[in-house]
Amino acid sequence: MIALGEHAEFIIAAYAGVFIGLGVLIGWTVIANRRVRARLAALGDTRG
Amino acid sequence: MSGFLGVIRRELRLALTGGGEVLTLVLFFIIVGAIVPFAVGPDRDLLGRIAPGIVWIAAFLAMLLGLDRLFRPDRDDGTLALYRLADMSMAGVVAAKVIAHWLTAALPLILASPFLAMILAMDGAAFWRTVISLLLGTPALAAFGAFGAAVTVAIRGGGLLAPILIAPLCVPVLIFGVGAISPLGGPDQASSAMLFLAALSLMALALTPFAAALAIDWGEE
Amino acid sequence: MSMDDTPKMSWWNRLAHPGQFLSWTGPLVWPLAAVTAALFALGLWFAFFNSPADYQMGDTVRIMYVHVPTAWLSQFVYAAMAVSALGTLVWRHPLADVSMKAAAPLGAAFTAMALFTGSMWGRPTWGTFWEWDGRMTSTLILLFIYLGIIALWRAFDDQLRAARVVAVFTLVGAVNVPIIKFSVDWWSTLHQPASVFRADGPTMPGSLLTPLFIMFFAFTLLFVTLQLVAMHTEIRRRRLVTLERRAARGGAA
Repeated sequence: MIALGEHAEFIIAAYAGVFIGLGVLIGWTVIANRRVRARLAALGDTRG
Repeated sequence: MSGFLGVIRRELRLALTGGGEVLTLVLFFIIVGAIVPFAVGPDRDLLGRIAPGIVWIAAFLAMLLGLDRLFRPDRDDGTLALYRLADMSMAGVVAAKVIAHWLTAALPLILASPFLAMILAMDGAAFWRTVISLLLGTPALAAFGAFGAAVTVAIRGGGLLAPILIAPLCVPVLIFGVGAISPLGGPDQASSAMLFLAALSLMALALTPFAAALAIDWGEE
Repeated sequence: MSMDDTPKMSWWNRLAHPGQFLSWTGPLVWPLAAVTAALFALGLWFAFFNSPADYQMGDTVRIMYVHVPTAWLSQFVYAAMAVSALGTLVWRHPLADVSMKAAAPLGAAFTAMALFTGSMWGRPTWGTFWEWDGRMTSTLILLFIYLGIIALWRAFDDQLRAARVVAVFTLVGAVNVPIIKFSVDWWSTLHQPASVFRADGPTMPGSLLTPLFIMFFAFTLLFVTLQLVAMHTEIRRRRLVTLERRAARGGAA
């Protein structure tokens, strides 16, 4: 990796924040989807 | 036209003969302004500098306070349903309510503003600019407020949500309202701010009744 | 009517029917996700291993590769919501309100990330974590609008009734956003005559543009993918409500 310079901690913080934020966003989207599908399946709905 | 004036008359009568709502709003306005020196200290220079902002914030908060009585009581006692069925367009009803709201909420504040100007160390020229900027800008606040009240009328506890929804919309009014009083860029800035303020109010008054009418109709179905 | 006479469903109709929408777009999710991941990998490689530092800002310019795309998305998602709002109110498209509802939390998240990355970029550049400059302030107000819309959705019990009210509010917000930007820019030039940093200059060298464009497309594709999944979730959620109500009534349709 190239040197990140004197303000490295802010670059890392920015990317870490985005990484965590995207992780939460993707995770929440996927988990909500899985949960609703599971409850639908439990009620017997087998449509697509 | 008679329907329009009739709605205004009804709103005025309700507001003025009711439980002293006008007085409450004016008191709230003055109290908000009056507690600022307790928070920031009584230094006259500082107070004079931030006075325009304080007056505008107090006016904004006071008008937010008066929003719930725009549509909710009518919805609760069935008048809103009657309005919806009436010959007059809902937009017309909303416009009449906005005018009445301005007369009973904004105008009293403007009349009370000299007291605030005095205790907040505003000088004479700034005070007159304050009156004009409030006159030009509070119609926009009333119109946006009515829109927020209309959007939230069908929601339980919507009265808490309406201020949150309209605060972003009112930011330009605040910016130009204060800009018209204490221009940092010279008197040219003040007059252009006044013009923007007037334009905002005109636009808001012209367009929000239609949007509010749609929101009321669709919230009820 | 024989099989030959039945009208073929146009692609628009296919998109309008929730079940059709699910079966038609369902297979798209994994491919989209794969392309998105590839773009992110490529973009990050360029950002950290294959692009120079800016001669003015140094290495902190690399924050731009996440700040500009998230800032762009904060506005693009609102535009998507506004178009969906028009679809709900004017064209009465059955899935328009699903699209509008799905986009709101995504837009809020990207706006928050834009503010965060902007703050991280600002600290070494301006010296403070927050500066009331025109762009950051407008983005903050946009975040408040997003959060207000999400709160509005949640305040209604009946989501179908909420849809049109939220659509009206979204459109009023859309009309106001340019006004807000204009007034905030006016205000910030009053209070800060010294110009604050420009996020992007017209003379950016190509070596800086490449990672920017790749990340730009990566983020945008990510939004499209997440929007699709969120729409699927919302469609299924409404189906769930119907089925749960039916089950509560003891199976009497």
